[in-house]
Amino acid sequence: MRNVYVLGTGMIKFGRYPEKSVPELGGAAALLALKDAGVAIKDVEMFACGNLYQSNAMVGQRILQQIGQTGIPVINVSNACATGSTAFREAYMSVASGMYDISMAVGVEQMGKQGLLGGAGGGDPAYSTEGKLGSGLMPAVFGQAGIEHMRKYGTKLEHFAKISVKSHKHATKNPFSQYRNEVSLEDVMNARMVAFPNTLYMCCPTGDGAAAAILVSEDKLKQLAGGRKRAKVAASVLTSDPWTDRTQTLPDVSTLTRRASKQAYEKAGIGPKDIALTELHDCFATAELVHYENLGLCGDGEAGKFIDSDGGMHPGLGGHDPVNVSGGLLSKGHPLGATGVANICEVVWHLTQDDRAKDRLVPNAKAGQAHVIGLGSACTIHILTV
Amino acid sequence: MAEQAQATTDTGPRPIVPWLKLAPKPHLEGIKCGKCGAIYLDPKRVACSKCGETDQFKPVTLSDKGKVYVFSVVHQSFPGIKTPYVTAIVDLPEGISVRANLTDVDPEQAQKEPNKVFNMPVELVTGVAAKDREGHEVVAFSYRPSKN
Repeated sequence: MRNVYVLGTGMIKFGRYPEKSVPELGGAAALLALKDAGVAIKDVEMFACGNLYQSNAMVGQRILQQIGQTGIPVINVSNACATGSTAFREAYMSVASGMYDISMAVGVEQMGKQGLLGGAGGGDPAYSTEGKLGSGLMPAVFGQAGIEHMRKYGTKLEHFAKISVKSHKHATKNPFSQYRNEVSLEDVMNARMVAFPNTLYMCCPTGDGAAAAILVSEDKLKQLAGGRKRAKVAASVLTSDPWTDRTQTLPDVSTLTRRASKQAYEKAGIGPKDIALTELHDCFATAELVHYENLGLCGDGEAGKFIDSDGGMHPGLGGHDPVNVSGGLLSKGHPLGATGVANICEVVWHLTQDDRAKDRLVPNAKAGQAHVIGLGSACTIHILTV
Repeated sequence: MAEQAQATTDTGPRPIVPWLKLAPKPHLEGIKCGKCGAIYLDPKRVACSKCGETDQFKPVTLSDKGKVYVFSVVHQSFPGIKTPYVTAIVDLPEGISVRANLTDVDPEQAQKEPNKVFNMPVELVTGVAAKDREGHEVVAFSYRPSKN
């Protein structure tokens, strides 16, 4: 496999764009990435597009119908919340394999205001099990992941709440974030309960968004980078959920993350101590807490202690092992298909001291990681280095 | 008896999921892999996802009693679903877990003292949850704190 670099990135501010179409949003991000890379759509040889809610509607081709129908191979990717990062990985592999020298990944989603509950599906509603045989809704499923940690290690509600406080504070420095307001510990603790222990501010908002990346081989980088610092994709890992005893009723977001993390560190030849920043999948505050341990940022059972260090703003900007300096999904929002590409963009911006992260730059960042979980389940981890 | 069986087929109550059996008394039934022992709730299966075995699946009656592993309290759900309710993962002695509501457990109290819910011994109860389009009563199950 060849070395692959991120030559350019593009992202639109996450938010609500009811007047725009999905191809317009994705096309806008693609154009920003092409401009940042200093190439044109005619230079791109392969395109992987991540989108979930229109996954049967050829979103990738429709984006090219907006920005340039060059006839290149396009694949449309759908992989739950890991949709965008899986598209990025497809684009990465197409260059790493030697098949192409320049590829593009776009992640895009328009969610409107449907909320986290999603659609109810067809069939006789009398046989819908929601609320009758427990809950399969995301706030409850991820609530249980936090409760499991509480059961095992005595983790407190405050620990989950502090994560939300920390990430919202970060978001005030990110112009791409949908929400940029600070929240106090009291605000988080006293907010409306959605599914115990996740209150409203511990649940990511939905929204629309798009992000894009241009990936190139080392030879192309030398031709096109023009002395600009560019990040290398040091590891690109995708796992699915292995069989576990409770797999049929309690989705296990930890085991596949741990497997992916181990593979990613091995592939990149570095360990958690070398990681300057982590963007991880904080769809809920409870999820972020368990992933500190899953990604090896702290030992098993130590997530509570990890959060309480540095005066309780840990793992935040200015401390060691900062997590979700973008504001995370809790503030940015979680446009499903866009999320995985967007958090790779964030890591790249810190590694290359990009102006788009200028108010929140992690100093001297040489390596960072982006982690995504799609329930069902899929886990991606990308480690990027300079 | 034949008439009763006929009545059950035509207009009698139906279970909400295939792993809930209503006769002779309500209980859960899974299928067990004859090779590795993995148990599945949903009988629709072509092979064992733990070991790959394609044959040797046998029905297995699951215990009415179990222990709560973890739970959540749902405060926001689909329209028409009464909240709050306690959702739980209940471990059964057969080595499988089941997702269901907890009844007779106060949601507020569960949030205040989650430690009292972990490991709580519970037992299966059933009740009519809805009526389907054909007029059948749809029976669901939940767990309540064990009486003995």
